[in-house]
Amino acid sequence: MNDLYREREISGCGLSAYMDESGERSSGDDIIQSIALLHDRSNGLGGGFAAYGIYPEFPDSYAFHLFYDDSSSQVVCEELIHGSFNIRESGPIATRKAFGIGPAPIIWRYFVDPKEEVLARHNLSPDDFVVQEVMKINTNIKGAFVFSSGKNMGAFKAVGFPEDVGDFYRLDEYRAYMWIAHGRFPTNTPGWWGGAHPFTILDWAIVHNGEISSYGINKRYVEMFGYHCTMMTDTEVMAYLFDLLLRKHELPVETACSILAPPFWDLIEHMPEEQRNYYTSLRMVYGSAMANGPFAIVLGSRSMMLALNDRVKLRPLVAARKGSIVYVSSEESGIREICPHPDAVWMPRTGEPVIARLHEGVAS
Amino acid sequence: MRFSYIEPEFLIERDLERCIRCQVCVRQCAFEAHIYDEASDVVTADSNKCVGCLRCVTMCPTDALIVRPNPTSFKENANWTGRIIKNIYKQAETGGVLLTGMGNDRPYPIYWDHMVLNASQVTNPSIDPLREPMELKTYLGRKPERLDVTLKDGKVSLNTKLAPQLELRMPVLFSALSYGAISFNASKALASAAYEFGTYYNTGEGGLHRDLYQYGERTIVQCASGRFGVHKDYLQAGAAIEIKIGQGAKPGIGGHLPGEKVSSEVSKTRMIPEGSDALSPAPHHDIYSIEDLRQLIYALKEATRYEKPVSVKIAAVHNSAAIASGMVRAGADIIALDGIRGGTGAAPTTIRDNVGIPIELAIASVDQRLREEGIRHQASIIAAGGFRSSSDVVKAIALGADAVYIGTSALVAMGCHLCQICYTGKCNWGIATQDPYLEKRLNPDIAKERLMNLLRAWEHEIKEMLGGMGINAIESLRGNRLHLRGVGLTDSELEILGILPAGR
Repeated sequence: MNDLYREREISGCGLSAYMDESGERSSGDDIIQSIALLHDRSNGLGGGFAAYGIYPEFPDSYAFHLFYDDSSSQVVCEELIHGSFNIRESGPIATRKAFGIGPAPIIWRYFVDPKEEVLARHNLSPDDFVVQEVMKINTNIKGAFVFSSGKNMGAFKAVGFPEDVGDFYRLDEYRAYMWIAHGRFPTNTPGWWGGAHPFTILDWAIVHNGEISSYGINKRYVEMFGYHCTMMTDTEVMAYLFDLLLRKHELPVETACSILAPPFWDLIEHMPEEQRNYYTSLRMVYGSAMANGPFAIVLGSRSMMLALNDRVKLRPLVAARKGSIVYVSSEESGIREICPHPDAVWMPRTGEPVIARLHEGVAS
Repeated sequence: MRFSYIEPEFLIERDLERCIRCQVCVRQCAFEAHIYDEASDVVTADSNKCVGCLRCVTMCPTDALIVRPNPTSFKENANWTGRIIKNIYKQAETGGVLLTGMGNDRPYPIYWDHMVLNASQVTNPSIDPLREPMELKTYLGRKPERLDVTLKDGKVSLNTKLAPQLELRMPVLFSALSYGAISFNASKALASAAYEFGTYYNTGEGGLHRDLYQYGERTIVQCASGRFGVHKDYLQAGAAIEIKIGQGAKPGIGGHLPGEKVSSEVSKTRMIPEGSDALSPAPHHDIYSIEDLRQLIYALKEATRYEKPVSVKIAAVHNSAAIASGMVRAGADIIALDGIRGGTGAAPTTIRDNVGIPIELAIASVDQRLREEGIRHQASIIAAGGFRSSSDVVKAIALGADAVYIGTSALVAMGCHLCQICYTGKCNWGIATQDPYLEKRLNPDIAKERLMNLLRAWEHEIKEMLGGMGINAIESLRGNRLHLRGVGLTDSELEILGILPAGR
């Protein structure tokens, strides 16, 4: 009921990302430089990053990043965390004074492991339990917001231009094998730190440029599977769709992409029978999961980076490769700014994912 | 005839200067409202017999006729309106139940007219259906919650086999109109139009005439409480089977086809004696509970080797949501909901005008309930009951329906003028009649073309509206209530419909 009366946030955006498939890690300098070039694609109302491989000292613990409006919300929330998790380490996330970043909430980080006895009582896998607890905090605890909950990865976001956000969080001091960056151009002004991209759940981080016209049904669809859209953004619902399709329904990532941006019936009708049956079944069963309307997204997970365009390519997306590094960006200039001479540059076709995967045997 | 207190509802006015005494009106009126006097070579009219079907006005070659509401009125009274007084006179004169045809004509709120649609501006481009693909293809039937797909050597393979589905070119079907209630030519027009267009029509409870078996793959065969014309070949003939529990025009009561309409062909098709009244009982006498419904659903599935989806049609009533949930759990692959404005060939006026709920509210509550219970994918929802235009269809899909049944709109496309006297069997338009003289007025080929034109026109309009919203596939509109806003609705109505008020 309350959800119904909350407005959905609409935004345009710029995005940049790269992954080194060899697992080689680099500092946040390059990604900040790339997204800084796309300055005009955002309007200073939100910027954010996701970085993978940044917490090698706690690779198997869930790294929770939280925003607190005030210390009282922190007290309430920490009570919940203490009840459900063993905290291996916690403390404020290091920041520095940066240009253009307004008053910050309390920003705290916890490395946690779900308590065995609690897991047994809930009869849930650790991942499902974490999703449940994150949803609980974000919907029930006023003033507390989990904006990152994966392992050996983290999201960093704020209201401001992305390059300033990167400076604020001292991303030059982190080293990651995959970096994802995003600058927002929201058309209304929530001015809320949690509203910036990336949106994350578990190891999934997603950034998004576009507006999903199918949001209304995508939201109701994921709700059937226990997800609550607390932020009312397209990006959030996309993250849940991926989590549902890849983790819960155990579908191959190519299949998930064909569900989000399926081929047209005209094309399907001319396919060989087996293929036709496959795509027809996908559209019949997962019609409510189709993301309709303009979008370009980058999705990160521990071992993979995925970029995808909508089914009629209404948002820009360029990809490139140089050695073991795969780049994607809203603009080619965003790539050439940090990689002037790539081996290959291409425009991904509609619904055709760009996928980078960590080489086998590389520890993530 | 006994003296009646009832003034004529319409006045027939004839311009004598224009009238050429061709007597077309005399021949066209099955109610004998026009009389030719040979001696004086004058055509006169008895307005008392006029039902307002406008057949004579339409056919008059010199436009000499006007039929208009009788301006004579009772003394103004907000409580005792002319309609009420006349009904009492009728009942005092006959002692009978008031009968009527077509859907509820009372001024209940039409929620379609209180909902407006969204369109893309700036942040999201609208899509031009004349230049870009716009997909309306719809599948009806039970879907699994998830698919099992495996990836091996870069090749995907699907390991789930889907239940049988109906494939529609666009989410509009022709509603149940039984042969007997409507003429053979009307049935044939609906069947051939559905077949050629790529949608489905529904036989209603009147069986399937042998000459219509050729359209079987685009036919939904109905199994109602009277079981008229239900046999093995009939069940096999259709693409889907529909169990009719109720009808929006007359929830809670059975059907009545007067003996006058049971011609030799109707008698053969329905498997009942010629001239006998065809009375279908109020309930199915083998369904007194939800578990009984389950037995019939599975009996029909067994009889057709699980090759056809089974639909269950109910009238939209107060607790439709809970009933629908039970129906899905009982095995229904499709749920057809018929709202308070749903049509009929014959119904007691007091039932038609007072029982049931508007379809808009039923769609919203059923869709929401099935989602809350996590079983929405197990059945498709077809909404019925007074759909007048493509925008009604679009709004119904956005509320959560998979497709829409149209009955009255289809009849109007064929020529129906909504005079509401179908139950007399004297339809001057050749639609709701079995009189061979009247029936041949409806040319099935022309009627088919008119029906297909209507579907094509709506198809174009639906594509335009969809494109305007920045959507290029109908499944992204289905249940997408954010594209609707309410105008002039109360908070409770908005809450039930699950939509925001306009401006928010």
